[in-house]
Amino acid sequence: MFAYLVKRILQAIAVMLAISMIGFAIQGNLGDPLRELLGQSVSEEVRQQLREDLGLNDPFLVQYMRFLGNALQGDLGTSYFFKEPALEVILKKFPATMELVFGATLIIVGLSVPLGVYTAIRPNSIASKVIMALSIVGISIPVFLTAILMIYLFAVELGWMPSFGRGETVHVFGYWDTNFLSADGWAHIIMPSVALSSIMLPLFVRLIRAEMMDVLQSEYVRFARAKGIAPWRIYFIHALKNTMLPVITVGGVQIGTMVAYTILTETVFSWPGMGSMFLEAVNRVDTPLIVAYLIVVGFIFVITNTIVDLIYGLVNPTVKLSRMGA
Amino acid sequence: MNFLKNCVAGAALTIALAGGAMAENSLRVAYDADPVSLDPYEQLSGGTLQLNHMAFDPLVRWTQDLQFEARLAESWEQIDETTMRFKLREGVKFHSGNEMTAKDFDWTFDRVKESPDFKGIFAPFTDLEVVDDYTIDLKTAKPFPLVLHTATYIFPMDSAFYSGMTDDGKDKAEIVKHGDSFASRNLSGTGPFIVTEREQGVKVMFERFDGYWDTASEGNVDEIILTPIKEDPTRVAALLSGDVDFIAPVPPTDLKRLEDADGVNLITMAGTRIITFQMNQERVEAFKDPKVRQAIDYAVNNAGIVDRIMRGFGTVGAQASPAGYLGHVEGMEPRFDVEKAKALMAEAGYADGFSITMMAPNNRYVNDDKIAQAVASMLSQIGIKVDLQTLPKAQYWPKFDERAADMMMIGWHADTEEFGQLPPVPDRVPGCRFRQWSVQLGQLLQPRGGCADGCGQWRNRSGQAWRNAARAGADAL
Repeated sequence: MFAYLVKRILQAIAVMLAISMIGFAIQGNLGDPLRELLGQSVSEEVRQQLREDLGLNDPFLVQYMRFLGNALQGDLGTSYFFKEPALEVILKKFPATMELVFGATLIIVGLSVPLGVYTAIRPNSIASKVIMALSIVGISIPVFLTAILMIYLFAVELGWMPSFGRGETVHVFGYWDTNFLSADGWAHIIMPSVALSSIMLPLFVRLIRAEMMDVLQSEYVRFARAKGIAPWRIYFIHALKNTMLPVITVGGVQIGTMVAYTILTETVFSWPGMGSMFLEAVNRVDTPLIVAYLIVVGFIFVITNTIVDLIYGLVNPTVKLSRMGA
Repeated sequence: MNFLKNCVAGAALTIALAGGAMAENSLRVAYDADPVSLDPYEQLSGGTLQLNHMAFDPLVRWTQDLQFEARLAESWEQIDETTMRFKLREGVKFHSGNEMTAKDFDWTFDRVKESPDFKGIFAPFTDLEVVDDYTIDLKTAKPFPLVLHTATYIFPMDSAFYSGMTDDGKDKAEIVKHGDSFASRNLSGTGPFIVTEREQGVKVMFERFDGYWDTASEGNVDEIILTPIKEDPTRVAALLSGDVDFIAPVPPTDLKRLEDADGVNLITMAGTRIITFQMNQERVEAFKDPKVRQAIDYAVNNAGIVDRIMRGFGTVGAQASPAGYLGHVEGMEPRFDVEKAKALMAEAGYADGFSITMMAPNNRYVNDDKIAQAVASMLSQIGIKVDLQTLPKAQYWPKFDERAADMMMIGWHADTEEFGQLPPVPDRVPGCRFRQWSVQLGQLLQPRGGCADGCGQWRNRSGQAWRNAARAGADAL
C-alpha cells in the first residue's frame, strides 16, 4: 500500500510537470496578453516597459524555471485580470464547480444503476426501448445545445426554472458557498447538473446494461437461479457487484472528464465556477490563470484515479494494490 | 473599402417597478462583461466608461445626437487660443461626503496624465490650472479643437479619499494596470450610484447616492444589480424568463425575436464604430494603383452587407466620419458598381485579376467573420482571389501588428468621437504605430493656423480634406 502511494505521488508529479510544461508552451500561441491589458492608444515604450516588468521578454526556459521555482512555494503566478494569486482565484471558483459536478454525479449514480439494471433484466420491454433510444439522443447532442434547449424550454417558455447563475447561496466556510441548503439554490443547480450529466448518464446506463447482460449469462448466475435464490438477490447482490468493476474504472476517468465538461455547462448557465473562468481566461490571454487551471484540473484527475484504484481494491479483493502499483 | 457602423442595442423588460411591500426599486442588469476595475483611469474601455458615468460624473458629456451637455461644469468659455475656462457646479458632494472643488479636478488631471491608457488622449493638454475653488482653466500647448471632446473624459476623483497610504504601505493614488491597487477596489465619485459590493466576474451592486447633486434627475431605482452574462443566448433567456430586467448588448440574431417578444422593449442606437479593411501596398504591388483601390471600393456592396449580414441593424458608411462627427460630409453615397469595378481593373492592367491574402477577427466585431467572407466573395467577382483566414481576437491582434496579410480588417471608433484620431496602421518600426499614408492623411487634416473659434474652423478648413480622407483608402494619397 505504501509503495503504491509513493509510486502514485511520483506519477502525479510527472503528470503535473508535463501539464505545466504544455500549458507554458502554448501560451505563446494564445496571443498577446498586453492587448487585453492595455488600451489602443498606449505607446510602444509603455508596452515594452510592461512586457519587461511582467518578464515576458525572457527566454522560454528562464520563464518556465522561474514559474517552477515559484510553484514549488505554492505560488502559481498572479492572474493579470483578477489581480490576485491564480491559485486563490481558482480556489474561490472551485466550490461552485465541485457542487455542479457533485450534483451531476448524484443524478448519474442515482439513475444509471436502476435504469441500467432494468434495461438489462427486461431488454425487450417498451420502457427499455424508450430508455435506450433516449440514451442515444443524450449522447449525440452536445452539452451546450442540451443546456440552451433546456433554458429555452424550462426558463423562458414554461418559467419553471431560473435561467442563469447560482442564485441565493448559503455560506458554509472559507470560499465555500453552497447551493444545497436553500430552495433557491436547489432551483438554480438542477438544470446545470442535468445538462452536465446529459452525456455521462446515457453512457453509464449503456455500460451498466452491457456489463449486466454479460454477467447474467455467466455460470454462477445460472447456478444461483437453479438453486432458487430470489431474483432481486441475484440481480442486486450477486450480479451487480461484478457489473460494477468496469463501471468504477470508467467512472473514475469520467468524473475527471466531467470537470472538463463544466467549461461548456458553466459558460452557458453563467455559473460562476472555474470552467467559465477558464474560458474567459483563454479569451483574455490570462496565462498565469490558464496554466494554474490546467495544473489544478490535472491534479483532480490524478486524485480521482487514485481513489478509484483504492475503491477497486475494496470492491474486488482479488486485486492487490501492491501489484498494480505500476 | 467598406465602412459600416455597428449597432448598440439594449433591451428592457417593461415591468411596473412596484412599490408596496418592497421599499426598494431594484433593477437587475445583465451585460456581457463587468468592469475590470473600479479605477476610472485604469483601462480605456466601454465597460470602464459605463461605470464612470454611473459612479462618477464628467465635466461635460455627450448627448445622444453627439452634442455637449454640461455636467459638473456649469458653463465654459474660451479665454484665449489655448485656454478653455470652466465654471464648476457648486455644492457637489462625493460619496465619501467630501465637497467637490477645483482642487479635485487638478488632482485628477495630474493622475490622468500618469495613466498609460488615458494619457494619449490628454497629450495635447499641458495643464489644468485652478483659478478659484469653482473655476478651472484647461490649457493646451497649441490651439486644439477637441477640448470639449476630451473634457468628456474628465471624471473628478475624490482627492482626499484617494490620497495617503493604504495599510500595507501603498500609495492610494497609484494606477496599477495589472495589480491590486486601492483605486481598483475602492471608489468615491460624484455619480448617482455608489458601489456597495463587487465580486469580479460575478456581480456588482450599486445603491442610489442620497446626496447626488443632480436633483432634477431623481432617478427611479434605488439599487442596481449588475451581473455579467457572457453567453449571448443565456443573456437573452435571462431577460425573457424575467430573471433580469435589462440586458446589453442584444446579439444581432435575437434582435427580431426581442422586438416581437411581449413585454420587452428593444432599444437600438446607431454606434460610431466603422468596419474597414486596410490594403497593404508594401505587400501587394497592385494596391499602389489608385484604379485598383477604386475597383475594390466599387466591388464591395456595403448596402448589401448591412441588409443581409447585419439584418438592417447597421448604417451604410461611405466615409470615415459618421453623421454627427466633425468632417462628416452630407450626401456621400457608397460606390457600388461591379461593371465599373471590372473596367477599372482592366484599365489598371489587371483584367485577369490577382490573388491576395486576407485576415479578420471572428469574435471582435458583430459578424466580423461573415463580413470578411462576404467581402472576399465580392472581390472574387472582379477577379481578385482572396485567401481568407479568420482568427479569434486574441490571436488576431498580434497578426494585425505584424501586418501578416495583404488585407486586414479593423473596426474603428475614435475615443474622441471624431476622425482626427486615425485607425492604427501598425509599422514595423517600434514606437511608430502609423504607416506612411496615415501620417500624410494626418497632416492633411491638421487645422491650418490657429483654431481660436474652436471646432468650426477645423470643419471648414478641412472639409475638402475630410472628403478626400473619407475615400483616401481608394483614391488620392
